[in-house]
Amino acid sequence: MAEIARTQAPVAPAAQAQVEQTTLFHEPRSLSRLTSNRKVLLVTVIGALAVLALIIVAGTLATPAAQETDFARRDLAPSLAHPFGCDWLGRDMFLRTLAGLSLSIRIGLLAAAVSALISLVLGTIAAMGSRVVDGAVTWLIDLMMGVPHLVLLILISYALGKGFWGVTVGIALTHWASLTRVVRAEVLQCRQSPYIAVAQKLGASRLRIVAKHIVPFVFPQFLVGFILLFPHAILHEAAITFLGFGLPPELPALGNILSESMTYLSTGMWWLAVFPGLSLIATVLLFDLAGGALRKIVDARTNQE
Amino acid sequence: MARYVLFHIAKCVVLLLAVSFLCFALVNASPIDPVQANLGQAAYINMDPEKRAELAAYWGVDAPLWESYANWLGGVVQGDWGISLRYNAPVLQVIAERTANTLMLMAVAWVVSGLLGFALGIAAALHRDGWIDRTIKGYCYLLAATPTFWLAMIFLLCFSVLLPIFPIGFSLPIGVNSSEATLLDALHHLALPAITLSLVGVANIALHTREKTIDVLESDYVRFSRMRGLSPAEALRNGCWRNLLLPALTLQFASISEIFGGSVLVEEVFSYPGLGQAAVTAALGGDVALLAGIAVISAVLVFGGNLAANILYGVIDPRIRRGQSESGKSARGGVGSDVGSARGSRPPRRMNGQRFTEQNEAGGRG
Repeated sequence: MAEIARTQAPVAPAAQAQVEQTTLFHEPRSLSRLTSNRKVLLVTVIGALAVLALIIVAGTLATPAAQETDFARRDLAPSLAHPFGCDWLGRDMFLRTLAGLSLSIRIGLLAAAVSALISLVLGTIAAMGSRVVDGAVTWLIDLMMGVPHLVLLILISYALGKGFWGVTVGIALTHWASLTRVVRAEVLQCRQSPYIAVAQKLGASRLRIVAKHIVPFVFPQFLVGFILLFPHAILHEAAITFLGFGLPPELPALGNILSESMTYLSTGMWWLAVFPGLSLIATVLLFDLAGGALRKIVDARTNQE
Repeated sequence: MARYVLFHIAKCVVLLLAVSFLCFALVNASPIDPVQANLGQAAYINMDPEKRAELAAYWGVDAPLWESYANWLGGVVQGDWGISLRYNAPVLQVIAERTANTLMLMAVAWVVSGLLGFALGIAAALHRDGWIDRTIKGYCYLLAATPTFWLAMIFLLCFSVLLPIFPIGFSLPIGVNSSEATLLDALHHLALPAITLSLVGVANIALHTREKTIDVLESDYVRFSRMRGLSPAEALRNGCWRNLLLPALTLQFASISEIFGGSVLVEEVFSYPGLGQAAVTAALGGDVALLAGIAVISAVLVFGGNLAANILYGVIDPRIRRGQSESGKSARGGVGSDVGSARGSRPPRRMNGQRFTEQNEAGGRG
């Protein structure tokens, strides 16, 4: 804030003096805290995203090795050589988990991107369009919220004949509702601003206003919402695959790994379920961390609180 | 008031019709042939083509979607929901048998998670930034990141396999007739699924209540109470808890959708014979009639919750009712309602700070 006040200074010297005074009063502590805070947050975001990228790459590389069976190491409990243990076919659980995570993240990425795009378009249309359009979009949101997510996912996945497209389309089609509400509220807020009124008076078309002013205004919040969609997408992908509607059982998806481990729970092979689940939680928390930190960078207000 | 209630009921009925059509269309869009699915492979192959065509006409295979939907809806209204292929019984009967189990599970989870979450949220806000707050917040974030079915599996592993306190599954002891089982048996089997579902539901309501409580604690009237010498806890008890209860109750009603989704997973893990497990079996086995029926029932439950929340809000908070008639815009059920209905007025700033936590939490995770 102090920097902004200074760059605007030449416009109004009197106001500048006043602003300078008040900011100077707070400056030494708050400014330094803010910048260091921002640095920490930025490092958090980049670090979390880097780890996730690493998981994707490592998981893709590990996929062939993850499907290798070796009966010599059948049912091995966790050890240094196999940190997550081995399953009943002698497959290394660490590699399988890594492959599963990368699969989940990639599907989550695809589905969340489509979902976020839908919400950007629908939210903007609702807020910028006529009352009827707004009503229609709002109604559509209510409709989507009316069926439990998981039931809708099962229905869509069933309608598409299960498999990869069943999950991906299902998740993409079920997750836009809440973000659409956010985008709509943001656009409505932006629409009130004087610069939109000025642009309108200058004769800019509605499309131009949306492209030049509204979308850039909404974009930071949208990006945060987009990143925070991933955890939902990943968890739902795992859940739906676990139930048997998602990815085909031969793929090392996390849902499949956990669903298979159900059979072996009663024999006491706890590592089959515990470690893949914990790594899934860790991945989701990483996304949450990145999203939360990004939100604080984008939305300075919550950062101050 | 009557108009307000009627308006919401009418809105729900229209939405319910749309949802039922959506479910029906999705189920029918599936590449699985209903004639074949409803007869079974062997019977289908041994049948002569005339009979097949007759049956295809009966099941409305060639009829346009609208027509078959109308037929189905007519049947549903008259109580004929079709025959479940998997359970070999009328759909309505299968649903009726399982609804009791699911409702019991959901009701326990709903009440326990609501109370526990509310208490934890207030406790966290009262000790803001202290270790209690940090523990509760950390617990909530961790829980929100945990897949429901995995937690259920871990509980099963810990409390049924390693430490055999609770039974491994089902709603009654194996080999015992349902009429002979005691209430204690039923509760014993219900306990672990219900605990799992309750714990998962806590995160959302606790974080939300914490935010609201912090807002209330910063309000002028609490400041005034504090000036009069009351402690924060006393100030809350003296009149603020109503302000907290209302949004919490609304959120809890809106979370029925999530609890149902969670119950599908939990029932599947614990082999608990409820609606969720039946839905999974139906969808895996191509049991179209049962799947559509359960989807509609789940929508009815969710709409019932939203309707209750809306009406409750209207009854308790007269401002909502007035806002309704002035703008013609509805205060939509659920958490996002105050963010969304701000057309024409700038949303309050505090709301902006919260929007992503809401968005993040309200979506419901597997």
